[in-house]
Amino acid sequence: MKLKRRKRAPEEIRCGNEMLARLEGGCLKVSGRLTVGEAPAFTTELLRCYRAKPGRSLYLDLGDLETIDSAGVMALYYIRKKIEEKGGSLELKNVPGSIADKIRLFYPQEDMHVPLPARTGWLELTGERVHRFFAGYVFSFILLAANVFYWGLTDIFKKKVRRKGEFVHQSVLIGVNAVLIVVFLTFVIGYVIALHSAGQLRTFGANIFVVDLVVFSIMSQMGPLITAILVAGRSGSSIAAEIATMKVTAELDALKTMGLNPLRFVVVPKLYACMFTMPFLIVFANVAGITGGALASSVYLDITPEIFINRMRDIMMTKDLYTALVKSQVYAGLIVLTGSFYGLRVERGAEGVGRMTTMAVVVSITLVILADSILGVIFY
Amino acid sequence: MQKEKVVEVKGLYAAFGQSVVLRDVSFSAYKGEVTVILGGSGSGKTTLFNHLLSLYPVSMGLVKVLGRNVSTLREVEQVELYHQMGVFYQSGALLNSLTVAENVALPLAQHSELPPGLIDEIVYMKLGLVNLSHAFHLYPSELSGGMLKRAALARAIVMDPPLLFCDEPGAGLDPVSLESLDNLIVNLKERLGMSIIIVTHEVSSILRIANRVVFLDNGVVAFEGPLKEALHSDHPAVEEFFSVMKSDNMRELLG
Repeated sequence: MKLKRRKRAPEEIRCGNEMLARLEGGCLKVSGRLTVGEAPAFTTELLRCYRAKPGRSLYLDLGDLETIDSAGVMALYYIRKKIEEKGGSLELKNVPGSIADKIRLFYPQEDMHVPLPARTGWLELTGERVHRFFAGYVFSFILLAANVFYWGLTDIFKKKVRRKGEFVHQSVLIGVNAVLIVVFLTFVIGYVIALHSAGQLRTFGANIFVVDLVVFSIMSQMGPLITAILVAGRSGSSIAAEIATMKVTAELDALKTMGLNPLRFVVVPKLYACMFTMPFLIVFANVAGITGGALASSVYLDITPEIFINRMRDIMMTKDLYTALVKSQVYAGLIVLTGSFYGLRVERGAEGVGRMTTMAVVVSITLVILADSILGVIFY
Repeated sequence: MQKEKVVEVKGLYAAFGQSVVLRDVSFSAYKGEVTVILGGSGSGKTTLFNHLLSLYPVSMGLVKVLGRNVSTLREVEQVELYHQMGVFYQSGALLNSLTVAENVALPLAQHSELPPGLIDEIVYMKLGLVNLSHAFHLYPSELSGGMLKRAALARAIVMDPPLLFCDEPGAGLDPVSLESLDNLIVNLKERLGMSIIIVTHEVSSILRIANRVVFLDNGVVAFEGPLKEALHSDHPAVEEFFSVMKSDNMRELLG
């Protein structure tokens, strides 16, 4: 609804084509309806006129007013409040019975009084955040890890505490379903690594060293890391979302009150599944990556698969396999723990589930990369 | 004098797959009255309720709300109709990412051009009506079950709709809060002339607020009429339902 703008203080207030109020004998006569549709124009226009000549008393004649709703009543209250702030006053005249009834029903007994949350200084805020980071995140994460690993160790041979078939089900979800994407991506990465190094190595006539480059980079870095990042994106998010939803819908509380430990029942099977399938995924990733590299070497550097395999045999060490195994277990633990940690921290329903899922993915990928660097230094 | 019908249902059938939930349901609700839809669990109350709100498409029969046939409405007309209806859900259905005040202000902020200061005042007043003004800045997750319901009611009535739908408003409330909620509903009806349609099980509530009762039994309307007639109905399901009230205490209350 457009307001009609006038330069002079007007003698009538309109809302579209409908007249809302007219000045008659020093008294503003309001007519027709004053509901949520008319209240915006009425309020803004009246206050605009009043601002031109503040400090006066205003008389509103409601004799011709047919309908009013809560928005209309509150508009009158709001106008009176604004006028009184400017030192004037507002009086209602000729109020019909039905209108008076509504005004009595809706007119506030006391002024709006909402205590605002107290503000904290920057020093206090910083301290609070640091404390929250250590107590709420670091310490809780360590506590959760201790709990989960404790139950993980003690429950390995107790089949009764898990749902039947849960381990296989989770292994399929976390491991088997991820095989295709892991194999495809590492194959492409292996191919591209060999392709990019081909040009450089050819210049120095060091073609054969492409095998060293591909095998080392895939086995010790790319294979485990890409696998972990993909699993964190696929399964870390779904673990967080599942646990968060269970918490929001009070399923975790239900488990607790049935005497079942939610960690043992929900988190531990996922940890087993992830730790069990991750080494296999990494082996698949390594094979696919090296195959990709071998393909690129034979296309661009004329290194036949036979030469590639022979050279590979000379440079590959058993240590690489052990390293990959250790890495896989660390990554699996980090991914499951981060997913469940954020899932368990959910607040505020649907919005919280989304936020925690995002956080779980971001943090688990960060932690995986950090762990990769630390392990890289250790197993150098 | 012929009373104005706010809701009219004629020959409504509804089915999910093979199971027929509503069979030939017909009833009317009138302006300025509280109409209570009653029935045991699984009698089709919720399905009927969702048909009235146009959340389920009408496959067979006629549903008229405020004089308009809901199955022939275009989207714009449907939105216009929604502006004239307030809906109160059993769970509250408040948006968790907004504060209570923002939740209540949402329809006003979206559908009117009121200045923000005035919207705050209206929201504060409506929250005051449901005795919840102290929860202005709180988030729904910080409220108790009863407070959630009151906040949801404030949101449903913030636009002063002529027609209010309530799905089990009393479920989970203590008797004192329930009575104040009932008083509020009666107040809305009497002083604002609001027409109200309620699905509820609370027997004490029905006695306090109902003008008219529609009793669903297994998808069929077993009784439709004024409350007093319902209390003396000889339909077995209706009789059984109200037998609770025939205890001495309740008879005294009825006078």
